[in-house]
Amino acid sequence: MTLIIDTQAAAPAAHARNRGTRRAVMALSMLGLCLVGLIALTLSCGQGCLPPAHVLTALTGADAGGADFVVNDLRLPRVLMSLVVGLCFGLGGAAFQVMLRNPLASPDIIGISAGAGAAAVFAIVVLSLEGWAVSAVAVGAGLGIATLIWGLSSGRGAAGARLILVGIGVSAMLNSVTSYLLLDAPAWDRAEAMRWLTGSVNGAQLVQVWPVVAALVVFGGLLALSARDLDLLRLGDDAARALGVRSDATRFRVTLAAVGLVAFATSAAGPVAFVAFLSGPIAARLTGGGRCILPAAGMTGAVLVLAGDYAGQFLLPARLPVGVVTGAIGAPFLLLLILRANRNGGTL
Amino acid sequence: MTMARQLRTQDLSAGYDARVILKDISLEVPAGRITAIVGGNASGKSTLLRTLARILKPKGGSVLLDGNVIHDMPSNAVARIMGLLPQSPIAPEGITVVDLVGRGRHPHHGLFSRWNAADDRAVTDALTATGIAGLAERDLDTLSGGQRQRAWIAMTLAQQTDLLLLDEPTTFLDVAHQIDVLDLLVDMNLSRGTTVVMVLHDLNLAVRYADHLIAVAQGGIHCQGTPADVLTEATVKTVFGLDCRIAIDPVSGTPTMVPIGRHKSGSVRQETQPSK
Ligand SMILES: Nc1ncnc2c1ncn2[C@@H]1O[C@H](COP(=O)(O)OP(=O)(O)OP(=O)(O)O)[C@@H](O)[C@H]1O
Ligand SMILES: [Mg+2]
Repeated sequence: MTLIIDTQAAAPAAHARNRGTRRAVMALSMLGLCLVGLIALTLSCGQGCLPPAHVLTALTGADAGGADFVVNDLRLPRVLMSLVVGLCFGLGGAAFQVMLRNPLASPDIIGISAGAGAAAVFAIVVLSLEGWAVSAVAVGAGLGIATLIWGLSSGRGAAGARLILVGIGVSAMLNSVTSYLLLDAPAWDRAEAMRWLTGSVNGAQLVQVWPVVAALVVFGGLLALSARDLDLLRLGDDAARALGVRSDATRFRVTLAAVGLVAFATSAAGPVAFVAFLSGPIAARLTGGGRCILPAAGMTGAVLVLAGDYAGQFLLPARLPVGVVTGAIGAPFLLLLILRANRNGGTL
Repeated sequence: MTMARQLRTQDLSAGYDARVILKDISLEVPAGRITAIVGGNASGKSTLLRTLARILKPKGGSVLLDGNVIHDMPSNAVARIMGLLPQSPIAPEGITVVDLVGRGRHPHHGLFSRWNAADDRAVTDALTATGIAGLAERDLDTLSGGQRQRAWIAMTLAQQTDLLLLDEPTTFLDVAHQIDVLDLLVDMNLSRGTTVVMVLHDLNLAVRYADHLIAVAQGGIHCQGTPADVLTEATVKTVFGLDCRIAIDPVSGTPTMVPIGRHKSGSVRQETQPSK
């Protein structure tokens, strides 16, 4: 048989594959190091810096002479909240972007975060609910919004400009609902209102962290189980189905998981602006777009929230909630993506 | 050697939403042979192939694989028996050739099984057979259309199925590479007994390479059989609405179709359809 001529010798598949894997492992390790560094920084340096030894003794529960309160009651909940919320937003956002094959189709742009946020505010202000009940309402609303947007844009499969535009419209509507509800809640101070408008981890408490951890385990697990099938859906429905992927079931599972992650995170820290949107593309750059994009996006999300919160607290002239910082980073990136999509013929 | 698989349809109707594109099709794909599906644009060739591959749900009737209704079989089990190269698959951003070809191994893995040496061998074989081993580490979006097409074919080959369904495998390929791909399919067919079903636009290549020809037209199968039986001036006229002459291909000895257009057809044009 005559082979189609290729100048280079046959590189064994294993070799080529390992190179891709190495890059992904490098990216994940780098993100991991960043996370550890940021966590250490946030735990030890705030208004004043504590020596690492004091932080460790405080964390292990031993009396560290005053460090105990600062580390365990102030900084630790805040760090944990930033970490899990960032993971949730990163994972959920990237899941949507991969599934819909469109970086603009992240939950914070197409209105899922806004829906979860508005529902959470409604649950707190009007229904006077707390804790898990708020999260449950947020998840329900998130799923409802997802269904609504899917329906309005009759989006089967890949997301066209239509889904994005419908989502942006729905998102704007829901944001005004949130604003309206906040106006009606005079008992709240400005900081609390900011949380629901842009997202904040101010005054986070451990009890608020646990539901998000649970969501991370349940919905993150569901996403992990669907990750391989999700990856194949990127080849198009036909190719994926020919490889044995049940495309509709996969889409359903991924939507459920992503909405769950985003809604739980939103009901705890508000819709931290653009973290879901930014994490996927950054992770894709770092890993080279292979299969590791989901874990990498989760870690990127955590890095963004931790770094954004730290910058908002200590590095900027005014104290700002994390959502303002991430929003300031995300907005130019959004513009860039839209411009690029336009140049490519407007198909987004 | 692969198992001879029996793929046939029973009063199959296929289409989209409310629209029925193909009605009451009964056909049997000859096991261990090469079948070509031909027909005009929008005649329903891809629809037929996708329904055969269990991607489209039939509107009526059924597709039977080894006697089992294919839509009742688990999708993973079907994917281990039958591979499909879609007409327009999507190349995800930033994926390398070896990554793409490796995706073809999916049906051979469970939820928790790991990549193994057999997978590496299958991928290497597929890359070598399609002649793109040297491109293994390149990003798919940096390849030419023809190179990309061969990468997709390699992915389907890595799936190592007994049945191979290909929707226009030769699009984007230059003449030499078209022949290479078709030769490769014959190689697979001869050496491993793979049953091949492909949609081809080039009638003459279809006739030369296929053992069995299916002509699709007007929402059904116009005729099927050996290429020599199917390729007649009358068939070409009904299926494609094209006048032609049938000659003997000096290379393969099979019939070959020479089209007659409105221009550049010499004196033949006047004979067939005298000008008013
Ligand atoms: N996803 C779809 N939804 C609705 N109608 C479709 C869809 N895909 C194809 N059709 C319609 O079904 C008919 C047959 O299409 P099909 O793709 O099977 O044609 P084909 O013979 O493969 O054509 P070509 O040679 O151009 O590939 C066409 O009229 C087409 O418009
Ligand atoms: Mg077609």
